[in-house]
Amino acid sequence: MANHYYNADDLGKFSGIDKFQKPLADKFFAWYGEVFAEGNLSAREKSLIALAVAHAVQCPYCIDAYSSDAFEKGWSEAQMMEAVHVASAIKGGAVLVHGVQMMNKVKEIAM
Amino acid sequence: MKSLKAQQHILSDTHEQIEILEHGINHDDSFKLIPFQQKMEAAGLFPLKPTQLEIFQINVGKMCNQVCKHCHVDAGPDRKEIMTRETMQQCLNILAANPSFKTVDLTGGAPELNPDFRWFVAKIKELDKHIIVRCNLTIILANKKYHDLPEFFKQHSIEVVSSLPFYSKDRTDRQRGDGVFEDSIKALQMLNAVGYGIEGSEQKLNLVYNPAGAFLPSTQDSLEKEFKLVLKKDFDISFHSLYAITNLPISRFLDYLLQSSNYEKYMEKLVTAYNPVAAANVMCRNTVSISWDGFIYDCDFNQMLDMKVDCSAQHISQYSEAVLSNRNIVVNQHCYGCTAGAGSSCGGAVA
Repeated sequence: MANHYYNADDLGKFSGIDKFQKPLADKFFAWYGEVFAEGNLSAREKSLIALAVAHAVQCPYCIDAYSSDAFEKGWSEAQMMEAVHVASAIKGGAVLVHGVQMMNKVKEIAM
Repeated sequence: MKSLKAQQHILSDTHEQIEILEHGINHDDSFKLIPFQQKMEAAGLFPLKPTQLEIFQINVGKMCNQVCKHCHVDAGPDRKEIMTRETMQQCLNILAANPSFKTVDLTGGAPELNPDFRWFVAKIKELDKHIIVRCNLTIILANKKYHDLPEFFKQHSIEVVSSLPFYSKDRTDRQRGDGVFEDSIKALQMLNAVGYGIEGSEQKLNLVYNPAGAFLPSTQDSLEKEFKLVLKKDFDISFHSLYAITNLPISRFLDYLLQSSNYEKYMEKLVTAYNPVAAANVMCRNTVSISWDGFIYDCDFNQMLDMKVDCSAQHISQYSEAVLSNRNIVVNQHCYGCTAGAGSSCGGAVA
């Protein structure tokens, strides 16, 4: 067992996830493929959304994969960074908006 | 920037390139990929045989006004290899005697820099062949004497195929040099002005996209859509088709891969993306490639690795359609570049 949790080579092993549970993996990959296909949103637009979400969920594998994919699909460095800022702003906003809950609670108990 | 040859760079030696492709950066087999031949055997495609020979591709010289970072020809202003009129005449004799060749594909360097370019084009046209010129666009702006090239192309019903790695200045100039994007845009507008690239027009203008970095092209159709949208909106430019071409790991692109420590990952990417359908449709099956000095190759990439055709007719002076049609096409590890994903050829995706 490796003495660290993330290994860049593991990304390439993702498709082998079916070895322990094939029917569910097959369903996942079929669904995943369809999600990212051209639809009402283009595959290109979906790639940029995926990049932002990858940062929000802080998945190094997804960041690796979608940094390449988004750049390959023609998004510029500046556009990609703006997408990451969007993810950051939502994450930051998500923390801050809970401040309202804090305020509500404090108002409830304070004299 | 100088060519690898002018720098006396180790990669200007084609044996060194082949060693790296076959045995890894240190030539010690510590990085091993499945041999391309093995993949072709599994697909029932080895030895790879030609189909009908249809395209006669001629590299009329390595001289170019640009020094692009990914250039597999290692072309540039310092390259003096230029096809002579005598060699051109030999090509014309072959074309006249072999009606199966429907298309003559002129490449370089910048083919227009060959002093006999216009003479050659006129002579090929007399033989009623379809002509493709791989024009780098900036040549049209490089000197007053080239400003009339759009008109010349039109007069000779030439199909123009031009590299534009991206629709933004930044990515284009990073690959092709400062100022190339702006000049390319002006040249495209000049081509549009005489009818090239306009919907329904007979003046065919096709663009070539190739990735500015160590990655594979994304889908040709979606890239074309995006290119058309942006070039029309931002510059009022039209074109017919976009060809997405994969960069092959040879010459200056190999140098870039090595310098940026991307070589092994890039090769793995190509091998992982191997597509037997693309392999069956590779361009070397219906094309022969002629070098500036008249030698015959399976494709322009084999030409740059100095891997001549594997048969007795290795020079145009020995040309024989029968011999060439029966040859085995020479393959090696760089061929993974043409079989990855949707495949890659001088006409874009093949699968």
